[in-house]
Amino acid sequence: MGLPLMIKRSSNNNDNKNNVVELSRVAVSDTHGEDSPYFAGWKAYDENPYDETHNPSGVIQMGLAENQVSFDLLETYLEKKNPEGSMWGSKGAPGFRENALFQDYHGLKTFRQAMASFMEQIRGGKSRFDPDRIVLTAGATAANELLTFILADPNDALLVPTPYYPGFDRDLRWRTGVKIVPIHCDSSNNFQITPEALESAYQTACGANIRVRGVLITNPSNPLGATVQKKVLEDLLDFCVRKNIHLVSDEIYSGSVFHASEFTSVAEIVENIDDVSVKERVHIVYSLSKDLGLPGFRVGTIYSYNDNVVKTARRMSSFTLVSSQTQHMLASMLSDVEFTEKYIRINRERLRRRYETIVEGLKKAGIECLKGNAGLFCWMNLGFLLEKKTKDGELQLWDVILKELKLNISPGTSCHCSEFGWFRVCFANMSENTLEIALMRIHEFMDRRRKF
Amino acid sequence: MRLIVPLRGVIQGRGGLFVGSLIPCCLFYFLQLYLKGRRPPPSDPTELPRTSSRSNLFSRGNSIGRVRVSSRAAPVAKPSDSPYYIGLERVKTDPYDRILNTNGIIQLGLAESTLCFDLLQRWMSENLMESIMQSDHGEFDISSIAMYKPFEGLLELRVAFADFMSRIMGGKVSFDPSNMVITAGGTPAIEVLAFCLADHGNAFLIPTPYYPGFERDIKFRTGVELIPVHCRSSDNFTVTVSALEQAFNQARKRGSKVSGILFSNPSNPVGNILSRETLHAILEFAQEKNIHVISDEIFAGSVYGDKEFVSMAEIADSGEIDKSRVHIIYALSKDLSIPGFRAGVIYSFHEDVVNAAKKLMRFSSVSVPVQRILISLLSDVKFIEDYMTTHRQRIRNKHIRFVEGLKQLGIPCAESGGGLYCWVDMSSLLTSYSEKGELELFEKLLSVAKINATPGTACFCIEPGWFRCCFTALADEDIPVIMDRMRQLAESIRS
Repeated sequence: MGLPLMIKRSSNNNDNKNNVVELSRVAVSDTHGEDSPYFAGWKAYDENPYDETHNPSGVIQMGLAENQVSFDLLETYLEKKNPEGSMWGSKGAPGFRENALFQDYHGLKTFRQAMASFMEQIRGGKSRFDPDRIVLTAGATAANELLTFILADPNDALLVPTPYYPGFDRDLRWRTGVKIVPIHCDSSNNFQITPEALESAYQTACGANIRVRGVLITNPSNPLGATVQKKVLEDLLDFCVRKNIHLVSDEIYSGSVFHASEFTSVAEIVENIDDVSVKERVHIVYSLSKDLGLPGFRVGTIYSYNDNVVKTARRMSSFTLVSSQTQHMLASMLSDVEFTEKYIRINRERLRRRYETIVEGLKKAGIECLKGNAGLFCWMNLGFLLEKKTKDGELQLWDVILKELKLNISPGTSCHCSEFGWFRVCFANMSENTLEIALMRIHEFMDRRRKF
Repeated sequence: MRLIVPLRGVIQGRGGLFVGSLIPCCLFYFLQLYLKGRRPPPSDPTELPRTSSRSNLFSRGNSIGRVRVSSRAAPVAKPSDSPYYIGLERVKTDPYDRILNTNGIIQLGLAESTLCFDLLQRWMSENLMESIMQSDHGEFDISSIAMYKPFEGLLELRVAFADFMSRIMGGKVSFDPSNMVITAGGTPAIEVLAFCLADHGNAFLIPTPYYPGFERDIKFRTGVELIPVHCRSSDNFTVTVSALEQAFNQARKRGSKVSGILFSNPSNPVGNILSRETLHAILEFAQEKNIHVISDEIFAGSVYGDKEFVSMAEIADSGEIDKSRVHIIYALSKDLSIPGFRAGVIYSFHEDVVNAAKKLMRFSSVSVPVQRILISLLSDVKFIEDYMTTHRQRIRNKHIRFVEGLKQLGIPCAESGGGLYCWVDMSSLLTSYSEKGELELFEKLLSVAKINATPGTACFCIEPGWFRCCFTALADEDIPVIMDRMRQLAESIRS
């Protein structure tokens, strides 16, 4: 048996000691975006977090789109329908053994069926979902990134309508090397996507020699808090067919539309199309983080009408599998149609009421919001308060709101909005009391300003 | 692999023959790579102009093409040509069952252990619910499992993991929870490290034979290459510095930038425990070349031999090497038999790597309720110590039985001290001492003996005839069945 040679360290090996070992471009890049204002506000919150009892003058977090309004429903369900933890698989339920070993990237069939059923319910049965087209990922963040890896090569681009979720800059671009080319939308038509804007974005990419591989929309939109109109969806699909590119619809807030009838999923558009070459460019992303308020569970899905994409995504999902224990736990809950029907209905209602509260409250303070009908936030217009309608002007105002009002909200520039002065304000991650306090601070601020 | 085999013969030649043969071979090799890179994405055979029979909404009168996936995605959906995956698929078509399907294919191709399930099951039935549902006030508070938590894992979990890892590695090294990032399994752990330590097109040196899954884990999306460093049975497949040196220099000549060395310890598929000397040598080599070291220690708790396991963390701690180049991967899939839970670890001495990995965990983090279960499990010191002791004993016993059974058939195994498998020398059963002969034997094992064992080719072993056989999902009664089938096959070949 050969012995390994010991390397003789020569005496003038000092170079090695000073040579710092290199990291990759991915590791040192700042595409994670955590230096942007979107995240700087979080730091301020972390350092001085509001607490109803212990820190009533702290920073109120209105920059996190989390849904806590229906926690009680979940808690009750988990406690009542879960005698002796049977749902967790502890007492001889379809067993621990299967869960422990199960690392099949196909995902538990019962769970996929439950997800398909849940997604159908949210869409009021207007479209069918085939459990075999569901690919599970550890959260929608992973789903969006995975789809990007599959649909686009490094230096290709996805077209994304502005304003968009700031996290896309990181999720779609960081490891994938794919670019985002914005589709500019503005308030003249409530930020809806127009065919002209689509074409313009496409031409911009072509002009820069960038190959466009798809369009990625969020429906309902984040940060607008509004559903995408059916006509717009049809135009979008038409555009994607003409350019022979993909269409990704991130429908992560679909269960948070206040009135179910106002939501049209791209699934509904595709449902009646037989032509595979049209259908197979459509992909939907979903997750339980927003509608079901379970971001900690890390459950996301890619639903694709493209067999090749389903197969590829499944194999690549090994980098982002959902724990079998989690799948097992949720399968029974999501298949309980009585529970999910009630949950979806009550959750929508509560979100609607919150939305009305905040919009009314802002109106009384002289602030208008975009007419929204979905999501966990509203899109507030403070353009009239800006000294200069520029990015700096907006950030200055944002800073004042953070430091004086102690409210962390998200500035439109972090969402790449081409109009200045818009802000996204989240309302579902706090108690009603806290929301009142936030509104009060805004009132006082506006009163003070009027006095000058 | 396919191109390297003929080249190897040339490289081992001498002088003029060497140069005269090498250059055209290299040119041919690079021509292939160039053409491969230039080839457009595989076109769909049905891509013909279509006349519209669809709704007016999408009718343009012109044809529309089939939409394509990216070129990095294109190869992924294709059926694998690696015997590793082929074998796993074959078992699914006809899986052995002690009662229901006694003629089925016995799975020896998956490194999983079920030897201590009884212990785990009991723990889970007694503790699972409490560990998820419990909160500080004693009542169930859903926010403890539902809300966003740091993607790199709860601090309590990192603390519990650090303690657990230290324990199973013999208590000789301690792990700092702030250098640790929890991942959704070992698979994302290795991928994230590859993303952080190497650019697209760079390479890792990797001693052969190696775990076939690394081909996907590293190459699917990162674009990092794997350069094999061949090890031989004469060294019991232990990597030598001269082999590392040779591979490094060849890579440099080809214009490949080597970013690091990746190896498993205990090794997979051989089951070697690397000695302190070897570990030191690897680290010093890395220091000299200024590259990274990734030690995959996923089987650290499955050590059944007499040799002590030493973690790279222990070597890194001692002495003059810049330890920021040292990174360790771990997961609970093997030692604790819960691959389905998806819980792994990146442990790095490099602060920037830890920070980048933390941010990347948003793509691969562990479900919070599962984290809560694991905190309870890993902190239950008494249970863990009992479990580890029992698990080791049971692996050892199974190993002895299995190896002894093969020995009686005249089939030897490599020396091993860890892992859930043994590295079996079936070269005496080959009709030709070659890769072709080995693949023929693989097929005979599957179709005649109805046994799935992973051939060395799938692990990039340069010596034909070796097979990895995983034995830790077998009951004692399965072993005579296997040996009987092997005996029949051996007899039919040798006659």
